[in-house]
Amino acid sequence: VGVLGIIFVLVIVLWLGVNLVKTPSDFFEVTAIGITNGSVYALVALGYTLVYGILELINFAHGDVFMLGGMFTITYANHFFGLHSGQGALIVLWVFCTLVLVMLTCGALNAMIEFVAYRPLRNAPRLAPLITAIGVSFIIENVALAVWGPEYVIAPDVLPRSDVFRIGTFDYQWNKLIAVIITVPVLLALVYLVQHTRQGKAMRATAQDKDASAMMGINVNRTISFTFLIAGSLAGAAGVIYALYFTSVKFDQGFQIGLIAFTAAVFGGIGNLPGAVLGGVLIGLLQGWNEGLNWHSPGSDWTQSIVFGILILILVFRPSGLLGEQTPEGG
Amino acid sequence: MTTAPHDVGIRNQLRRNWRSRPASTRNAIAMGIVVAVAVLLFFVDHSLAYAVLLGGAVYELAKLPLWPHRIAIMGAIVGFLAILALVSSTPWSLVLLLGALFAVSSIPLPSRSWALPLATLVAAVMYPFYYTHLFTLPVFGAWPDVPTGVYMLVFMMMAVGLNIVVGYAGLLDLGYVAFYATGAYTTAWFASAQFAGQKCPTKGVSTDNCSQALVPSHTFKLGSVGVLPGTGGLHISIWLLLALAGIITAFFGIMIGLPTLRLRGDYLAIVTLGFGEILPQIARNGDNFFGTGFNLTNGPNGITPLDPPGFGNRISDLTGGVLPSNYLQCCNANVLGHQVTSSDVFYWTAILLLVFTVFCSFRLQYSRLGRAWIAIREDETAAAAMGVPLMRTKTWSYASGAFFGGVAGAFYAAFKSNTFPGDFYFNISVFILCMVILGGMGNIWGVLVGAAFLSYLNVFGLGTTGQWINTHIHIGSHHPNIDAQLYQAGIYGVIIVVVMLFRPEGLLPSRRRAAEFHEGVHDAPLYDTEHAGAEA
Repeated sequence: VGVLGIIFVLVIVLWLGVNLVKTPSDFFEVTAIGITNGSVYALVALGYTLVYGILELINFAHGDVFMLGGMFTITYANHFFGLHSGQGALIVLWVFCTLVLVMLTCGALNAMIEFVAYRPLRNAPRLAPLITAIGVSFIIENVALAVWGPEYVIAPDVLPRSDVFRIGTFDYQWNKLIAVIITVPVLLALVYLVQHTRQGKAMRATAQDKDASAMMGINVNRTISFTFLIAGSLAGAAGVIYALYFTSVKFDQGFQIGLIAFTAAVFGGIGNLPGAVLGGVLIGLLQGWNEGLNWHSPGSDWTQSIVFGILILILVFRPSGLLGEQTPEGG
Repeated sequence: MTTAPHDVGIRNQLRRNWRSRPASTRNAIAMGIVVAVAVLLFFVDHSLAYAVLLGGAVYELAKLPLWPHRIAIMGAIVGFLAILALVSSTPWSLVLLLGALFAVSSIPLPSRSWALPLATLVAAVMYPFYYTHLFTLPVFGAWPDVPTGVYMLVFMMMAVGLNIVVGYAGLLDLGYVAFYATGAYTTAWFASAQFAGQKCPTKGVSTDNCSQALVPSHTFKLGSVGVLPGTGGLHISIWLLLALAGIITAFFGIMIGLPTLRLRGDYLAIVTLGFGEILPQIARNGDNFFGTGFNLTNGPNGITPLDPPGFGNRISDLTGGVLPSNYLQCCNANVLGHQVTSSDVFYWTAILLLVFTVFCSFRLQYSRLGRAWIAIREDETAAAAMGVPLMRTKTWSYASGAFFGGVAGAFYAAFKSNTFPGDFYFNISVFILCMVILGGMGNIWGVLVGAAFLSYLNVFGLGTTGQWINTHIHIGSHHPNIDAQLYQAGIYGVIIVVVMLFRPEGLLPSRRRAAEFHEGVHDAPLYDTEHAGAEA
């Protein structure tokens, strides 16, 4: 397996190298797109990882919460803040307000989902909440369908598309940079929360052993609710970035992107926060390269197959992911 | 007093409160509720109110001793309806159906285990003869037609197949649609002009320089019927293909299972989901594999038409025309005043296949293998300690589940005479899973009922029910305008969540499965990759 894995990676590196030499500007262009995509995936993947780490539940509804985040962004931006292009520096403030509001909404929603759908099944066989999660995902999708309709919902196009810098024919636009700029402080805040606060300590303890944490005086149910709140608000942040960057959201996009993000979480090692970010960025890059490069790339028709192929390979050959999983059972 | 686990939660407390009352009070309350509901519903739709009253009456009747009270009251009801039918517009079919139902409910308990399925089977086989004469159901509208029946039967087959994996062995399979797709494409490849290829009728001239019309270059025929002369491609008899599809799909199931079955339960679910997503994409992009020009699946246009099933002229003549030579050019028989159509023949074939599936499923359940599946479901570690080979047993459950999915897919493709990649979405996997969950995992009767109901809703019921809601429910003069078909997936979602929260064992559970859900089996994932291979 080790040898095969190395050969596999070498082939990919070779393929990238040839592409880099043939069309360098394309290569950097799609790499930049890949990183932007990757930051969205990373934020969604963190939600999967947090929830899996604490409950060992693949929260299928998480991707749909992300999609709702995008929808809320559009609604808030249009009806609360009247966001539109050409508002000058004020736009920063409005985008920030939208971000906070969407994060709060999605966090509350996710905590509510946990309370209604997963908490009653805490002691049921493990597949029961998993099946319920699929049901919840379908329900959210259809609620979005009923509220926002079956078409793409168009977001206000507010992020500036002027160049940050330009090297040769490769140019890097502001809207790509802003997506990364929003992601990084959210990630730092999350790391601080989990590593350095009392609540974060409670989360880590609950993830390790629920019974023992309860005996130590930790309110396990509240900690789990809090985890879902955090996961939901991360999905909300990802939704804001997605909606503003791609400027359109559709009701059924959440599930697909959620699955890709879950793959990212598994890729990096489920339960492992840095792993989720690494996995997200890697998957984003792979997707960007696959869809954007010209020399012998399978193309966007095959993106989904490639992502799931990676998922299957990882699960079969290295289920603990690149950085190792951190779940109660995985150690 | 300490709180026992069954006192926790509103539902359990209500139930305890209800059970602590004397039987007479409970009866009175129940009847009161039925009458109140019926009166309320009378303002919405008359027939619905009658249906509720009738249903309540039948339920209450079942508590009476058979002789003489029940017989007398049943006779009175049927007689009353018969008089109504004579003097006014009550349909005769209602009278007959109710009579038949009463007759069935009077079967003594010991013989019910075979008499009830037999009665249902007879009713199902005779369905094409009488469904047009049946009364209109309240809310649901007309009874489903025969093509809907074929669809229902195919999905019942798949649900029974999935039940082997999910219900017996307790492995969550979210990619069952992959097996369905494999079966369907097997039929499509071996019973169509897909692999005909083209060549020039003049020898030694390439297709580019050919001056005449091109002709197919490969033709292979084996027992197929209804193939137009001059069509190339592979044409194998559909009966052989059903078996072939089952075997190929079972093999495919083993291929998927071998590397993945050692994974923990939820990882397994996600891997099967992955396969279920990859396969349709291959089907969609398979008209030109990575630019090689090889057309495997004809891409999004799908493969159509497929050969019709049939027995050929010789067998047809031998049996005096009972077995039709070609399903699509069928049938001249006029039985019991009913012109037999080709969908009827498909319907009866589907019933035969379903009976075969159910029979196999029953035999498997109590076989050595079936008991090993249940042991694994309940406690993997204990099962392994007792000498159950985990990997082999799980792989067999995959293979058997896949087999029936493949056969069902192959038959359904032949029925529709086409195969499109769009038929194989993740929704279908969840749809079939939903049938198994709703009916009751592990119990074949439950799964059959759940599958019949949901697949009926899917093609027929949602439309008619939506129509009923749009016309009958209104606030003032404002009628809603709901397209129920659009919210299919959401409706399944609600069914899944509600069933999981309130009755996780399903509507008609197997007793054993129900106990597992209530006592909470802790299927601790002690068998993961770290320990895989230890049983070898």
